[in-house]
Amino acid sequence: MAEEFRVPIGPQHPALKEPASFSIALKGEKIIGVDVRLGYNHRGIEKACEERTYIQDVYLVERICGICSHAHSTCFVQAVEEIAGIEVPKRALYIRSLIAELERIHSHLLWLGVAAHEIGFDTLLMFTWRDREIVMDVLAELTGNRVNYGINAIGGVRRDMGKDKIPEILKRINVLEERTKYYIEVATQETTVVNRLSGVGKVKKDDALKLGAVGPTARASGIARDVRKYDPYAAYNELSFDLITDDHNDVYGRTIVRVKELIESYKMIRQILKDMPDGPIAVKAPRKIPAGEAVSRYEAPRGELMHYVKANGTDKPERVKVRTPTLANIQAVKHMLREMYLADVPIVVAAIDPCFSCTDRLIELKDIDKKDSSVIDWQRLRQYSIEWYRDRGIDFKK
Amino acid sequence: MSAEEDIKQKLAGRFPFLQDKITVKRDRRIFLDVGIDNFKEVLQFALKELNFTFLCTVTGLDDRDRFSLMYQLDQGSGIMLNIRTSILRDDPVVDSITPIFPNADIYERELVDLFGIKVKGLPKGERYPLPDDWPAGQYPLRKDFKIEDLDKKENI
Repeated sequence: MAEEFRVPIGPQHPALKEPASFSIALKGEKIIGVDVRLGYNHRGIEKACEERTYIQDVYLVERICGICSHAHSTCFVQAVEEIAGIEVPKRALYIRSLIAELERIHSHLLWLGVAAHEIGFDTLLMFTWRDREIVMDVLAELTGNRVNYGINAIGGVRRDMGKDKIPEILKRINVLEERTKYYIEVATQETTVVNRLSGVGKVKKDDALKLGAVGPTARASGIARDVRKYDPYAAYNELSFDLITDDHNDVYGRTIVRVKELIESYKMIRQILKDMPDGPIAVKAPRKIPAGEAVSRYEAPRGELMHYVKANGTDKPERVKVRTPTLANIQAVKHMLREMYLADVPIVVAAIDPCFSCTDRLIELKDIDKKDSSVIDWQRLRQYSIEWYRDRGIDFKK
Repeated sequence: MSAEEDIKQKLAGRFPFLQDKITVKRDRRIFLDVGIDNFKEVLQFALKELNFTFLCTVTGLDDRDRFSLMYQLDQGSGIMLNIRTSILRDDPVVDSITPIFPNADIYERELVDLFGIKVKGLPKGERYPLPDDWPAGQYPLRKDFKIEDLDKKENI
């Protein structure tokens, strides 16, 4: 009988994208227990919100997460708008939903790449992250930023969307949809993927409910929970889309749910672009918010996000509480890892899609022979790389 | 009758003292105030009889002389029940609800670290979210917490 021993993973570890510390009790290669220590990223944002004005807080909460930044700012402004009794113009709600779905696409594609990388399928990582650039470009086009879009304001949105942009967005969405159909094929038919992910990180429906799992993690265990459906916000009550669930209960199921959700997002974006009403994009919001409280919920790419805001009549909130989807899912991770092998830890942890930030905009190129450097933007860098490969006989345009 | 009103009536029917303590703030949002003595009973009733099976989170609030605790439950239908109770600031002790909702674990640890509330019956485990070398007796989400005090203590 193998002896029991403990393997520490983290807080800093190559397989983890964010600091978290796992202490894994093993018997041979089998995991018999997991302790998780979190909090390495705790930045005191809830406290900081109490000391800043509502307008400052919109930008602060947007920086809670680098991937689902729009989720946080929308969730926060919704709560404040509810307390202040602000009626947000419909066009603004549609723009919020549009950015939200674009954000979901970029987040799910990013996740697919990370998951592929964790199982050693790096070709898929390169594919998905290349395609993700398409949606990042759309986001940058619409909001001016690749991440931390800064589109939300209390009372509406800050930027209108020109009609002239619609054909270009639709064109890119079509490309993405075609690529996603290919990824669905890869996820469901490629034997490497199917065999590696099936039966790994199981959590049954009852357990997932009891452990409070949310988002794709819960939906892959057959729980039909999606805030967009049961507690609709922004423009979601006017959009038609399917709630994707799966009953594999494992990492394979979580993969299927996410790739299929991409297709629903494309569907919604087409509806939004078609049905977006004309009109103002924002109403004026008071600087001081009357006393009151509200709970706002939002279906972030990773699951249900919750903001609780309490106002005291001043221009600063009394209390802001944030419950992120990863925190809700971490209990389920402990459960999923039990009885698994040590080698399954990276993919099981990655399968709930824990959050990490990405904010690249400018690249510094250094020519080591010439010893000088130049700063160029993405567009030029991409053009440069396409030409570099074409000179060597590889043409991506073909 | 709306589903929210129905839940309100059922709660008031079972617990007559809650009659004026339940407010339906808007569609799908019910707020309820209950004393600490009856709080667990109400929570059990919400779970078993009203099918509020999902604990979204536990929110702590510093109301100057008391601490408020909000247990936010969901039914799966989108209706959220916010059960609020309060405890004395001088003696901040509350029972853990982990026997009822196992996922309360991490939310209750937040109360311990950020508000200095003692949670009786919380299973052993790592603290969350503050670092291990955080000075004892400093609770950042209390209103009288000053970041300057923290700096002073660390310099000694």
